[in-house]
Amino acid sequence: MSGSDRLTSEHARRRGRRRLILRKVLGSILTLIFVLVFNFFLFRVVQTDPIGSLFRGRNVPAETLENLRTSFGLDKPIGTQFLFYLKETAQLNLGISYQTRQSVWDEIVVAIPPTVALVGVSAVLSAVIGTLGGVIAAWRRNTWKDQSITSGTMVFYSMPDFWLGMIMLVLFGVVLGWFPVGGMTDAGSNETGLALLLDELYHMFLPALTLTLAYLGEYTLVTRSSLLDVMGEDYLTVARAKGLRDVVVRNRHAVPNALLPVVTLTAINFGFVLSGAIAVETVFSWPGLGKATADAIRGPDLPMLQGLFLLFSAAVIFFNLIADITYSWLDPRVEEI
Amino acid sequence: MSLAMQRRRATAGRVWKQFRGSRQGMIGLSVLAIFIMMALAAPLLADVRELSPVYARAAGNPQWAPPGEFPPLGTDFIRRSVWAQFVWGSRVSLFVGLAATVLTILIGSIVGILSGFVGGRTDAILMRVTEWFLVIPFLPLAIVLASILGRSVWNIIFVIGITSWPSTARLVRAQVLTVKQRLFVDRARSLGGGGTHIVGHHILPNVSGLILANATLAVPISILTETTLSFLGLGDPTAASWGKMLEEAFVNGAMTRNAWWYFMPPGLGILAVVLAFTLIGRTLEEIANPRLGGR
Repeated sequence: MSGSDRLTSEHARRRGRRRLILRKVLGSILTLIFVLVFNFFLFRVVQTDPIGSLFRGRNVPAETLENLRTSFGLDKPIGTQFLFYLKETAQLNLGISYQTRQSVWDEIVVAIPPTVALVGVSAVLSAVIGTLGGVIAAWRRNTWKDQSITSGTMVFYSMPDFWLGMIMLVLFGVVLGWFPVGGMTDAGSNETGLALLLDELYHMFLPALTLTLAYLGEYTLVTRSSLLDVMGEDYLTVARAKGLRDVVVRNRHAVPNALLPVVTLTAINFGFVLSGAIAVETVFSWPGLGKATADAIRGPDLPMLQGLFLLFSAAVIFFNLIADITYSWLDPRVEEI
Repeated sequence: MSLAMQRRRATAGRVWKQFRGSRQGMIGLSVLAIFIMMALAAPLLADVRELSPVYARAAGNPQWAPPGEFPPLGTDFIRRSVWAQFVWGSRVSLFVGLAATVLTILIGSIVGILSGFVGGRTDAILMRVTEWFLVIPFLPLAIVLASILGRSVWNIIFVIGITSWPSTARLVRAQVLTVKQRLFVDRARSLGGGGTHIVGHHILPNVSGLILANATLAVPISILTETTLSFLGLGDPTAASWGKMLEEAFVNGAMTRNAWWYFMPPGLGILAVVLAFTLIGRTLEEIANPRLGGR
């Protein structure tokens, strides 16, 4: 291939990639609009009178209620209401929680950092450990190592994550007393700085361990299966024929090519960082989005659920986009799809 | 007609022979058989009246009794036998898991076959909707739907079915697209076979193996989703599943009391059933797609 040919193909590839990214971004925006429409009508079906439910059981004059309905635009036709909803949502005005009577957005914002910390740490740990386990299992296929790794991860993968959390909590919290049984800090403590951080990490240990064990399996199984696919390829035989050591063949030639599906899985799982620990957070009374969801279910606090659902969906859509874009960078063949 | 029947029976026999040769498949099948027998024989294993706190009090059951004191599995916070709850809970958990899977597979197969077979604009629209459902986070959607619909077994089944069909639809569509290219479909069409005939006699038999393997692997997801929804308080209060048992144990302080006999049995039950279905599903997948061998 001559130099100018290579230049043109490079140019064409870049243009193809730009077009692909643009299409993916547009697709994500379309999906987000779908979620907004869905969210609006889903809750409108049950919430025929949100103002009435907000003040149910309280002695509020009918006139005041009527004024509130007008101020929220609830007397307008459904189309106008939808536009109103879009405008309010764009301004992060997600309504008022039935339970606390505070703004839903304010309630949600304070719950984001604990969840991102807990699930973020677990997501990274499970991706790293799970992938390593998968590499070992595939490379030593059908040995005792492979069998114990595969069956071990399958067992963790097959149990409800919150039940694993319950066992952890009873074993290490109640019986052995090594770790606190819930919350993010010791009740009534007024620590600051490093002491506070250490206390939070101490409280995070058990829920993070639970989530890491629960998420591991997926990474191990995907890595193992992907590496087994790669291991049949000719270029590995070539690498071995060149006299390269086993470790070099594995780490430099096999693993990088097997990691593509793992990268996608990681990106997709990061989309679930916000919603991934609903039941586990409940078990450990971790004050994050998951516990907020569980509390909203018990209400039921519909505006809160609506806001959380919107946030969870937006996170997944965003990280799916990131996954698609990363994939197109890592695997140039994708542009043809 | 009878030739086709014979051929199908021969295929089933071959699959069974291969399945019997797989250790993991047979372990899964035996474990599943034990739990299905337990669910069917529930009235013989435990008196249904033992699920009522009134009955338990009248019978003079102790409260929070460990298994040693009240065999075989002790009692809970309102003196009910844990064994009775475990046995009757298996019925609800298995029923919801299987029924939700049937609904999932039904919706997924219909969408997948329509999309793949009809093609064109139908395909484009259906696949767009499928993609949307794939992107919406599954558990939060199930939670929102279940909160809106109310707490009942049928609502849970509906919620799981309506949220988990997209991956089946995609898989079935891909398979239909390859089957559609085969010569026997062209032959049937040139002999004057209509759409329904081709789908019923040529497409469906060729994708049913894949649908079966997919269904077996979908049951664990259905069961785990039911468990989580029930644990979060969305379970049917009149038909307690294993997930509902875990919720009641958690809410009423079984953790701080270290009442392991209350929260261990339902969790182990779920683990065993989910593992059994996973092992069976993987074996069926290996038989349907021998290239996977031993993955």
